[in-house]
Amino acid sequence: MMLSQCRCGFGPSGEPSEWADLFDLAGIPHSTISGMDGPALTTALDHTGSPTTSGPAGLVLNIMHFALHDGPGIRTTVFLKGCPLHCWWCHNPESQSAEPEVIYFEERCIHSGDCVRACPNGALRLDEGRLIHDPARCQHCAECVSACSAAARQLAGRWMTVPDVLAEILKDQVFFEESGGGVTVSGGEPLMQAAFVESLLAACRARRIRTVLDTCGWADPEVLLRVSENVDLFFYDLKLMDRERHQRFTGMKNDVILQNLKMLAERGSAVVVRIPVIPGVNDDDHTVDQISGFLLPLGLREIDLLPYHRFGSDKYRRLHLLYEMEGVSPPSDAQMEALASRLRRDGFTVRVGG
Amino acid sequence: MNERVARLRQATLDSRPRLSIERAALITKFYREDKTASVPIRRALALRYLMEHEPIYIGPGELIVGERGPEPKAAPTFPELCCHTLDDFEILDSREKIPYLVDDRARQVQKEEVIPYWQSRSMRDLIFGEMTPEWKSAYEAGIFTEFMEQRAPGHTVLGDVIYRKGLLDLKADVAAALFRLDTFNDPEASAKRDELRAMTIAADAVIRFSERHAEKAEELAKAETKPERQAELRKIAEVCRRVPAHPPRDFWEALQAYWFTHLGVVTELNTWDSFCPGRFDQHLDPFYRKGVDDGTLTREKAQELLECLWVKFNNQPAPPKVGVTNAESGTYTDFANINNGGLKRDGSDGVNDVTYLILDVIDEMHLLQPSSNLQLSRKNPDTFLKRGLEIVRQGWGQPSVFNADMVVEEMLRQGKSVEDARCGGTSGCVETGAFGKEAYILTGYFNLPKVLELTLNNGVDPRTGKKVGVETGDVRSFSSYEELFSAFREQLHYLVDVKVHGNQVIERLYAQYMPAPFLSLLVDDCIANGKDYNNGGPRYNSTYIMGVAPATCTDSLAAIRYHVFDRKTVSLEELRAALAANFVGHEKLRLRLWNHTPKYGNDEEYADAILVDVFNAFFNEVDGRRNTKGGCYRVNYLSTTCHVYFGSVTGATPDGRRAGEPLSDGISPVQGADRNGPTAVVKSAAKMDHARTGGTLLNQKFTPQLLKGDDGLGKVAELVRSYFRLGGHHIQFNVVTAATLHAAQAEPEKYRDLIVRVAGYSDYFCDLTRALQDDIIARTEHESFAQ
Repeated sequence: MMLSQCRCGFGPSGEPSEWADLFDLAGIPHSTISGMDGPALTTALDHTGSPTTSGPAGLVLNIMHFALHDGPGIRTTVFLKGCPLHCWWCHNPESQSAEPEVIYFEERCIHSGDCVRACPNGALRLDEGRLIHDPARCQHCAECVSACSAAARQLAGRWMTVPDVLAEILKDQVFFEESGGGVTVSGGEPLMQAAFVESLLAACRARRIRTVLDTCGWADPEVLLRVSENVDLFFYDLKLMDRERHQRFTGMKNDVILQNLKMLAERGSAVVVRIPVIPGVNDDDHTVDQISGFLLPLGLREIDLLPYHRFGSDKYRRLHLLYEMEGVSPPSDAQMEALASRLRRDGFTVRVGG
Repeated sequence: MNERVARLRQATLDSRPRLSIERAALITKFYREDKTASVPIRRALALRYLMEHEPIYIGPGELIVGERGPEPKAAPTFPELCCHTLDDFEILDSREKIPYLVDDRARQVQKEEVIPYWQSRSMRDLIFGEMTPEWKSAYEAGIFTEFMEQRAPGHTVLGDVIYRKGLLDLKADVAAALFRLDTFNDPEASAKRDELRAMTIAADAVIRFSERHAEKAEELAKAETKPERQAELRKIAEVCRRVPAHPPRDFWEALQAYWFTHLGVVTELNTWDSFCPGRFDQHLDPFYRKGVDDGTLTREKAQELLECLWVKFNNQPAPPKVGVTNAESGTYTDFANINNGGLKRDGSDGVNDVTYLILDVIDEMHLLQPSSNLQLSRKNPDTFLKRGLEIVRQGWGQPSVFNADMVVEEMLRQGKSVEDARCGGTSGCVETGAFGKEAYILTGYFNLPKVLELTLNNGVDPRTGKKVGVETGDVRSFSSYEELFSAFREQLHYLVDVKVHGNQVIERLYAQYMPAPFLSLLVDDCIANGKDYNNGGPRYNSTYIMGVAPATCTDSLAAIRYHVFDRKTVSLEELRAALAANFVGHEKLRLRLWNHTPKYGNDEEYADAILVDVFNAFFNEVDGRRNTKGGCYRVNYLSTTCHVYFGSVTGATPDGRRAGEPLSDGISPVQGADRNGPTAVVKSAAKMDHARTGGTLLNQKFTPQLLKGDDGLGKVAELVRSYFRLGGHHIQFNVVTAATLHAAQAEPEKYRDLIVRVAGYSDYFCDLTRALQDDIIARTEHESFAQ
């Protein structure tokens, strides 16, 4: 089962103008935040290349059925692609970029050269039996994906409309009803595609499907507030209270994250705070004290502790990315239990694992 | 478990299966000397002779007594059905998997006495002698198998009769039926008289068997020095004097009554799927409650007695099988399958105290036999399901889970009364039946992908170059998928004809030459009808053909439709050439077929719709044809180990499977083709109309993590409930890691106790062939669905 622990966040403390600066800081095009879903609608293509119907389209990384750790019951989790943060420990690095990407499974490659011939941009070549990929030339057109018999090249991220995604979710309605489950929208950071998420959650609500939103909290507060109308439960990631360390490990400061969490708490939203426990980053007493001290006055009592794991490390290789957590071991069960007990003493309900 | 049970359990685990020649020697002697003209009476006399002369075994510490052979794990042979050659004996003795030790005396008796008498007289010889050249060529090509060539019709399960009536009471019923015979008007009266008289003799035979156990126990008691054991032996003697001649009065007697009945049935003939007590929890509940209420029984004592009986089941390896029959069902287990829970006759929740007691027994005993299952109705509590799943998660494959409401629906569609349906259940692997009232005979597996292979080759089997099917057209002439599918249906029609023709002849041969008067005593309404179990005596008579590998067939058709007709990226001729070459030189095409084709098992309409077409095609060919016993043909979908055998004779298939590799099992998706997780698998599987089958088998392999804790257990329970709400018939779980299985392959001696779910049953992993081991490892592990 997939553990969702890739949220991370940073945000400004208020003025809308500040947002733009922050996006610049993060290297995110302004249009991405509000417009990634909006304008793309009518021009978006589904995976077969045919134009989609109108309505907001979302860049979907994966729809996972029988998700058991993303909320109550048996759930269907929609992972959206694109995240404003770049946490060192992210186990879904393919969810970070807000573009479709081609992933390469070298062990499946039969070196037929079909992908090289299929690529219209000359981004691929075979060199002494090794496939060389030139990211500068790659337009992520996925021609190489359909050309690859061996399924060594796969597309991460496809544009889907709300009705497309809803149809996929509705396939699992019987399981939701038997188990008290529903849909979880996760990512990446779903709120990077706010209009799509808003529309999707509203559509789920209209069909009486219970919803969980799994977010890093790094979002425009107004957007979050609007979306929260159709959210039954938030999974809200909290990594660090120290804004500088937060910036260092996630690429962003955490002001807006903390502020948004406070806003949800005050609004009375149901929230489970999810803390990825990263050795050497946030497993020290001081950090835990800070987190506890922040959550207690907000009346938030539910915490999931998600132990860091290394299952994502191979994915970095597949994406030609550097894995900055090399050499870091997962926390032991005893360490996790100690942390949980520490938080339980403060009055929190703590679960280890998602 | 207590010390006694622990010792008995260890003994059954330690003893190795061996072939026992005693029964063959006795029955040969009987047939040489006896000249009775009436076939049923002669069969009954043969049983009486066996029951009078077979060695009696009462082992140390046993409370429930009786063995099929002279000692535990000694498996008798049935030369009247299958007369083994000496070569067969060599194979049985020396084969790597599922061997039976054969000693020199057995070889000598077989050579000097058994073979000279039974050669050309056995049912096997009669059957093969009567089959047409068309039947033989299809059989040899691996289109279908034939269940009755080494074993007798069976697949029957006991109802509640023995708990209400002793054999003496049944004899009285027989006498009444004899009295009612209408000699003036009924042309069959004479045949019925013979059959009813045979039943009387058979009842006496089994009563005599129990008396001999009483005598033996008394004899042992006299010589016994320990007073405690002496008292036990006296009690055993008392029980054996009482049952099964009279109805049981208490829990112990009920268990012993069942066991003698069981031994009677499996000594009379080597019925497929042994014999089975069926709804044991419901049958035993009145005895349990009475004993607990009047203080003569405790839960601990009841558990001990049940566990002693469990050891008895495990002591009986399946009759030694050879050839195709061994390939289709290569296992020691003989498929007695205990039903738990379900519905009562009046339609109310059937879970009771004994249900939980039996589940505790299953949990503690951890034995290959008997197999066990949950009959899960929407009326049953979740506690019952979760208790079962607690056992499932230990990873030895038991119990499997059945949808009791669907089982009832299946029987109602077949025209059974609702009460009979509720008192029924499932036996063998997954087969639906009205317990105590039906002969539901499985006649053989049917290789659906092979039918497609013949279709692609205009009726010729490419493996041998022989024409096995009919000419349904040159593939080059097909311009649409519909044309191809219609050729497939035509091919199927012909081959089902061939199979059914053979079945009808075999059915008559058994009716004529191999009646089972003892079994007939136990199944309604054989006595009232004056007819044998094998001759339409029971209230219901169904004949099954089992479709194998609907998933491989579906994915292959999907590949053709998608790549040849929709996308037109490859021609049927090119595809046929690639298949003929077993994809050598066509690896890219193979990968494309494997990776880029919609596959059944992913809750996607493209392939799932084809599954429904395949299902309907097979159903329409089989269902409703009349058998020779007043009943109908039906379909079900299970494969036991036959998908491995069928795979070995089936060439490369258009889904990207290479020649010789196993086909898909049961109704499970092709190994590794389900990529959307278990909810998608059950959604896809539920698209076939289970109500129109007599059972389907769905395998799901889970790693232990998935069932971890109450939460994991609860979610798997919800998955099961969801599948059943969608109309699924059965689901079973292999809970084991691939790493463990690889380790077991590497060092089998360290994993001798590793039991895995194979098909409708569990087996020791190390006893499986390498191909089947690999197949189990290849079944998708649903540990993680993350990319």
